[in-house]
Amino acid sequence: MTAENKIIINGNEFDFDPGETILEVARRSNIDIPTLCHLKGATGTGACRVCLVEVERARSLVASCVAPAGNGMVVQTESSKVIESRKMIIRLLLSSGNHNCAVRGSDGKDWTQFQLNVQQDDDSSELCPVWGDCRLQDLAYRYQVSGDQFPATETRYPMETVNPFIVRDFSRCINCGRCVQACNEVQVNKAISFGYRGAATKIIAAGDRPYADSDCVFCGECVQACPVGALVERDARYQYRQWEHEKVRTTCSYCGVGCQLYLHVKDNKVSKVTGVEDVAPNYGSLCVKGRFGFDFIHSQDRLKTPLIKKLGVFKEVSWDEALDFVAEKLSGIKAEHGSESIGVLASARVTNEENYIIQKFARGVLKTNNVDHCARL
Amino acid sequence: MTNTIDEIGKADVILITGSNTTENHPVLSSFVKRAVSLNGTKMIVVDPRRIKIATFADMWLRPNLGTDVAWINGLMHVIIKENLYDTEYVESRTEGFEELKQAVEKFTPDFVESITGIPGEQIEAAARMYAGAKAGSILYCMGITQHISGTDNVKSLANLAMLCGNVGIEGGGVNPLRGQNNVQGACDMGGLPNVFSGYQSVTDLAARQKMEEVWNVSDLPDQPGLKVTDMIPKAHDGSLKSLYIIGENPLVSDPDLNHAEKSIDNLKFLVVQDIFLTETAQKADVVLPSCCYAEKDGTFTNTDRRVQMVRKAVNPPGEAREDWKIICGIAARMGYEMNYENSEAIMKEIAQITPSYGGITYDRIRHEGIHWPCPNTEHPGTPILHIDRFTRGKGVLHAIDYIPPAETIDDEYPMYLTTGRLLFQYHTGTMTMKTVGLNEIAPESFVEMSPADAANHGLEDGSMAEIASRRGRISAKVKISLKAVDGTVFIPFHYAQAAANKLTHAALDPVSGIPELKVCAVKLTKAA
Repeated sequence: MTAENKIIINGNEFDFDPGETILEVARRSNIDIPTLCHLKGATGTGACRVCLVEVERARSLVASCVAPAGNGMVVQTESSKVIESRKMIIRLLLSSGNHNCAVRGSDGKDWTQFQLNVQQDDDSSELCPVWGDCRLQDLAYRYQVSGDQFPATETRYPMETVNPFIVRDFSRCINCGRCVQACNEVQVNKAISFGYRGAATKIIAAGDRPYADSDCVFCGECVQACPVGALVERDARYQYRQWEHEKVRTTCSYCGVGCQLYLHVKDNKVSKVTGVEDVAPNYGSLCVKGRFGFDFIHSQDRLKTPLIKKLGVFKEVSWDEALDFVAEKLSGIKAEHGSESIGVLASARVTNEENYIIQKFARGVLKTNNVDHCARL
Repeated sequence: MTNTIDEIGKADVILITGSNTTENHPVLSSFVKRAVSLNGTKMIVVDPRRIKIATFADMWLRPNLGTDVAWINGLMHVIIKENLYDTEYVESRTEGFEELKQAVEKFTPDFVESITGIPGEQIEAAARMYAGAKAGSILYCMGITQHISGTDNVKSLANLAMLCGNVGIEGGGVNPLRGQNNVQGACDMGGLPNVFSGYQSVTDLAARQKMEEVWNVSDLPDQPGLKVTDMIPKAHDGSLKSLYIIGENPLVSDPDLNHAEKSIDNLKFLVVQDIFLTETAQKADVVLPSCCYAEKDGTFTNTDRRVQMVRKAVNPPGEAREDWKIICGIAARMGYEMNYENSEAIMKEIAQITPSYGGITYDRIRHEGIHWPCPNTEHPGTPILHIDRFTRGKGVLHAIDYIPPAETIDDEYPMYLTTGRLLFQYHTGTMTMKTVGLNEIAPESFVEMSPADAANHGLEDGSMAEIASRRGRISAKVKISLKAVDGTVFIPFHYAQAAANKLTHAALDPVSGIPELKVCAVKLTKAA
């Protein structure tokens, strides 16, 4: 490390690698600079301005997510100027749409009318679907800001609910662009981009068509990237409240990539699935099957009891009866026709421990090496 | 995979073949797309369909079905002729170069073009691009393996990679993409007829003695058993009396289904252990309900050999049980006690007798999985295989000649059929078809064909076609697509209602026993 690569943040000196942004140096050093639009791994855009910091001798505040750390730079991340600026940005964002969490303010008449309007837009009497799980709401609490200083902006674009997986609620979109980056720079599906200009700005797919009519493959990377309630899993909308759910980390059961995911569980039921960020092999990404294809877990068609076919019809039986019957039949066939007359198919779908037990049973108990699985098919 | 998913971003040339990556390994494909789109990595895709990943490539080569050895030998012919190979690597790390050189001598670009249909100049350009890589990564999938020459195809890719010094280096490798969550683990654990866990041979006396001691059994069988693709014919001829099938639905996934169904019907006793009453389970004498992945603890091993945790999140429905507990229950009733407190106790036994898993403990993989081989608890795991030496010492360059697929087109069956999966369904659909949204997007089977093939057969997009092979016939909706190349149609195999596998061929690779699911001859007619 050369003497040149030093930066002072909040009075403490830190080393940095050339090319690192102020935000990266700060995060690495456990200094919390808030962000909304920043998406790890994607190009910084400086779009939301929430990460502004004060740099000595700079003419204005600097977006730390795009500004490279410079030698001898002196940075304040929570100066009064920074805080005032952040508060203003948060106020403006809160007034920009249907942000009907309690933080928007509670000044009587306007509040009631606002809630009624939002509920009509949502076709629901509930508060925002991501209440308690929203980065904008977090910031409003952190900086004690309410959004009622400015009149609420009228919603310009209707909600999109015509695909089976994702609700696109433009009334809650803050145009931070994280979804656009997730789609173009992380998954590289290139399905969405910024459309229109100025106040009319909208995230569009395929020349402003529904997701279902675009190149969208419903990986849901955009949903996971959305910091607010603009992109929400359709089936989890209003069903899922973060604080009611336990997150269980596990490994996806579809292809061999082995994506790490969280099952969000309430009352013995999986409500939604998200990718585990910052860890191999998938670093938060999932595909449509991994994220949305979990209904089979709770399907009514699941097998619930052992079945024995009697006169061509399955009869429900107890475990004891089923296991006794299987043991007796296998023992009989082994005795009569030999071990080689029995085959066992282990499974690429079950765990290592189970496969190990299956082959141990085939070899050690049935005394056959006729054990294989579906690897070839 | 010899290398890791993370390393895809460190290759400077990626060669993808026989893998519809964006649909079958979507998250892995994003590593490829990022490398190519954002980092300037070069990519060659060799595939009979103009799949999505091909649109990201610098070059798309289109081989005739089942001609992989020919184009791979063609690349090596050019690389050797133009002296583009890694002489030092070939000298120090491999053997058999002279034999390989002789074998590829005749695979001139013109000769390769006559077999594969790939223009000779594309063979030359692809050879130069791959050989020019500092780190060249080969990714392949079932489009390479599901052929009677599947083993030859894989060996040929290994030849190509070794010739250019790409095995045992960061960002390189020969990387099969495994299609099922734990197909790697099922192989690692000895779910194969010839090996115990960790690929310890059943014919090896020392390995058998070790197992006998730890398992407290005697007389373990010392000859390799039957592969699944041998079991089915044995059931058909009556010498296999009983099958115990766990988590598999061969009556949709097997080749030549009409034959497979007769074979299954011929069994004296069939047990199926599954989470749903699948097409196969309906044929069973006994059906045992098991837990799905969300209802149990354990580990899966992914495509880059990373052993990762599976954790129980919800209770199973009704009386469904973990698969291992069911098996232990039967073993006990047959006079052999298998008592384990939990899955972690089983992993301890696995680690004890499986060298490559020797250092795997639940504690170590709690946050991030470990790549085997991991021989002891101090070992960090092995992301890259074959760094200084191959398992056997030197890597063998195999001299391999091209053989045509088992079934080729003729006047009666003039079109080629190839099969595969779709993004929105999975394998035989037992899981994905329970999600309404997935069915909404991918509701039914179809036959994908080029505009010219549709016109020649008088078929319109959305009309019904009848597709027949020597083994069966199905009806499916016509889907005219620019993915298809004239003369070859594609049908997804997910759908039992129009099962593509009624048409496919059960000819096997003589070594691996894999069926040639990717090539057969069919004829198309307008459905009545």
